[in-house]
Amino acid sequence: MSEARAAELAALLEDWLEADLTFHKVEGLARELAGLSREDCDFILGWIKRIATTHLELGWQFGRRAPKLLASMGRRQMEAWAVFACDTYDRVGLRPALQAVEQVENFADKQLELTAGVLFEDVAGVLGNFVRGLSGRKLAIVQGEAVHTDTDKIYLPAVIARLPDMDDNFRLAKAMVALLWAQTRFGTFRVDLIEACAAFPHPSRALAQLNALETLRLSACIERELPGLHRDMERLKTALGDVLPPAWQRFARRLGEPDASIEDSLRLLGDAYQLPDFAAWCFQGELRPDAVAGAFIARRDKEKARLRVKLAELLEEQSRHQPQSDTADAAQPPAFEAEVDDSDGRLELELTLDGAPVAPPEDVRQLLTSVWLDFGEIPHDYLVPAGDGEYDASLLGEQPVDPDAVWQGTYHEQGALFYPEWDMGRQHYRKNWCVMREKEVAPVFDDFARATLDKHAGLVKHLHRAFEAMRDENRLLKRQPYGDDVDIDALVEAMADARDGSEMSDRLFVRLHRAERNIAVAFMVDMSGSTRGWINEAEREALILLCEALERLGDRYAIYGFSGTTRKRCELYRIKTFEESYGDVVKARISGIRAQEYTRMGFAIRHLTDLLKKVEARTRVLVTLSDGRPDDYFDGYRGQYGIEDTRMALLEARRAGVHPFCVTIDREARDYLPHMYGAARYVILDDVAELPFKVSDIYRRITR
Amino acid sequence: MDAHALAPEEHYIRKQPYYEAVGNEIAIFEAAYRHKLPILLKGPTGCGKTRFMEYMAWRLQRPLITVSCHDDLTASDLVGRYLVKGGETVWVDGPLTRAVRVGGICYLDEIVEARKDTMVVIHPLADDRRTLPMEKLGQLLEAPDDFCLAISYNPGYQSVLKDLKQSTRQRFVALEFDYPTAELERRIVASESGVDAAMADKLVKFARMTRNLKGSGLEEGASTRLLVHAGKLINGGIDPVAACRGAVAQAVTDDADMLAAIQELSSSVF
Repeated sequence: MSEARAAELAALLEDWLEADLTFHKVEGLARELAGLSREDCDFILGWIKRIATTHLELGWQFGRRAPKLLASMGRRQMEAWAVFACDTYDRVGLRPALQAVEQVENFADKQLELTAGVLFEDVAGVLGNFVRGLSGRKLAIVQGEAVHTDTDKIYLPAVIARLPDMDDNFRLAKAMVALLWAQTRFGTFRVDLIEACAAFPHPSRALAQLNALETLRLSACIERELPGLHRDMERLKTALGDVLPPAWQRFARRLGEPDASIEDSLRLLGDAYQLPDFAAWCFQGELRPDAVAGAFIARRDKEKARLRVKLAELLEEQSRHQPQSDTADAAQPPAFEAEVDDSDGRLELELTLDGAPVAPPEDVRQLLTSVWLDFGEIPHDYLVPAGDGEYDASLLGEQPVDPDAVWQGTYHEQGALFYPEWDMGRQHYRKNWCVMREKEVAPVFDDFARATLDKHAGLVKHLHRAFEAMRDENRLLKRQPYGDDVDIDALVEAMADARDGSEMSDRLFVRLHRAERNIAVAFMVDMSGSTRGWINEAEREALILLCEALERLGDRYAIYGFSGTTRKRCELYRIKTFEESYGDVVKARISGIRAQEYTRMGFAIRHLTDLLKKVEARTRVLVTLSDGRPDDYFDGYRGQYGIEDTRMALLEARRAGVHPFCVTIDREARDYLPHMYGAARYVILDDVAELPFKVSDIYRRITR
Repeated sequence: MDAHALAPEEHYIRKQPYYEAVGNEIAIFEAAYRHKLPILLKGPTGCGKTRFMEYMAWRLQRPLITVSCHDDLTASDLVGRYLVKGGETVWVDGPLTRAVRVGGICYLDEIVEARKDTMVVIHPLADDRRTLPMEKLGQLLEAPDDFCLAISYNPGYQSVLKDLKQSTRQRFVALEFDYPTAELERRIVASESGVDAAMADKLVKFARMTRNLKGSGLEEGASTRLLVHAGKLINGGIDPVAACRGAVAQAVTDDADMLAAIQELSSSVF
């Protein structure tokens, strides 16, 4: 019995783990699994299968260890471990994921990490806002292998779990962030740390001791600035047994003075170098001068250019408000001066133009702050307004990356947006799983639009009438309890009633009802390979007719096409944005819609939901137009997985206040649609040829 | 104690309201008033626009009629309408008409909230004609010299739908309000709420942190008004962190993550 079961399991495992290619000896594992209870066995099998779809080797390594561990670990823990491994794989690749699987032997000890530890994802949002609230440059919080900052970003590890209590671990993360913020805020990087440490026999040791000195200095800064946080930091130190060695106390005294700067730390470094290594405090990160130098170089020219251009704009605006008096010396160019008041941790900027104070706009303020943090002053040449065309645009803004160019040469995920995807097997989201880019549809200027309108001339006339009738108009509402004018008819009637002895109505007024149709709608059109041929043709015709109708109605609308190949190449084709008006270019783009690759739907729904959320409208509608079930050829998207992800994306849209509506032309769709479109309403069209007639009609019905 | 009922045009401010001048706004307002120019107050919520109006009404000793605009406010709501009383229709003046008749100050708060077609009724009042057409009565009301029209507007919402039309805004003398400087704000918080200088200092520091968050998830930072609320709670014996949560954090956002972040900021400051 057990043998037969083992053979059965071995066959399954061979299949899932592709044993004929990977040469894993699955028989042993199968026998082991067969020995478990049916439930445990199914539990582990399920996870092996799921992880194997993420990566075969990962699935195998997980499977090899799982049966022995289940008893000690429990299912919840094991699930957490599996998800952790998969997430690690999604994020940083196979090797760290395998490490995560292999370290499962320590995982029993790591229980602490899972139960009380705080995950990066959990803290990043709150601490990101926390650090943006503090003064200075707007630092971003990202995940990295070591705690440090490059003065643009703060790096935190995946898990922080040094304390047995979750709240304390969060406090620890907060303290780490605050100390790194203090490094940028109180000028740790204003001197060249590499050079300063190079004089010592072991520069890396010097850097570590300097880090300790800076920690003392910055702790004192935090104590003055954020006393509440400093109390927490002291508690954390006590809890983890961090102490200030007696020999370091005199440093702490000197560096604790309000005027202490990085220069003082450097002066004390010689003495500190002689002392034994400083045992790092729990919230102390690392100093990474090389990362800082890189960020500084990347930032320096850009900020200078931006600041000078912004100042030129500001100057122009000022002179427009106050026309220059004739007495002013025209030869003397106007001069900006910037004064920074850093006393008392205040960091207040004052910008003056020819001695008169100017209120700098927010972006200028940010730039000035950033420059001041780098230099400790605002260098004079930064305050010279830029002349015309002095800078090319590449320095001034983040350049949009050509979506196709990133595929040439080394693969980058530069300039892309990331969207999560719901993994039904894991019952978790795969974070940042879909790499999404918006692309343009190459417009085709032909007479497609005209031909379509001619072909459906009768229908167009009907649509115009129908949609015009929908335009809600201002009308006078009679017999209102409250209004702008007296409703004489109602009043006469009421008076008669009163004479009559019956009850008198209080609805005696007329009120002007002003109808404001306030709808924004996004259309999401299937551009997958399966639409090739006359589905595509029908879609394009439908869109032309729809645009004709919507123009009559005045609703704001956008049209996007979706397609993709694998999660790495999810593409959304812009056909018409909300801001664009319906003109020749949009018509040409509709004409240029061509069938592309596969039908991954989740990312498109999520992205369009995000776009809709940014549009100010009372009602937001998302209409998807597809020819069948979601499909992608790789990473297990085909089938149930894709359906579940799409369902989840639609649920998210609904939660965000967007009304999803789906139009589909798959005749076999009736089995899965009710489930997939659970959150949305939908119609199935039996005949593709109906599409052009139906789409506008459907829209009319759902928004009436 | 009974609430005191007043007709709007009898609403004189008797007691000097507490107001700290930020710049030359008082002088500009007075000059504009003397020259019969309407005034536009710009600035974020809770930075003292309404208090400034009360102060000016007290200074000039004119009745102050405030209308809080909303998106259903019609022209009749401002000008007046016929009502039915005992079988007859009688005309009832709206607040704007009342202010014109008595030569008071009419303050239309958050004017952009009103519908665009409502805003145009103030146009003839806001230029050198200084008249209020009352179409339903078939009359034209000429404003006396001491009538003054003031409107307020918060440009921070950055919504295209809630922008002030050029034809409206270009009739006004604009006064820009912003959060006061740290020094001044400290004084305001201390004197309005009664907390000591050190606590006021921390409250102001905290408020500035929340203002740094504007644009990254917060629509607007904590206003001076909220700080005064928090200060009053603290003065009433509430723990500062709890007071900031109740009076500030919850007031500026509903977003759980943002609330948590603001909470972390306040627990760091106090």
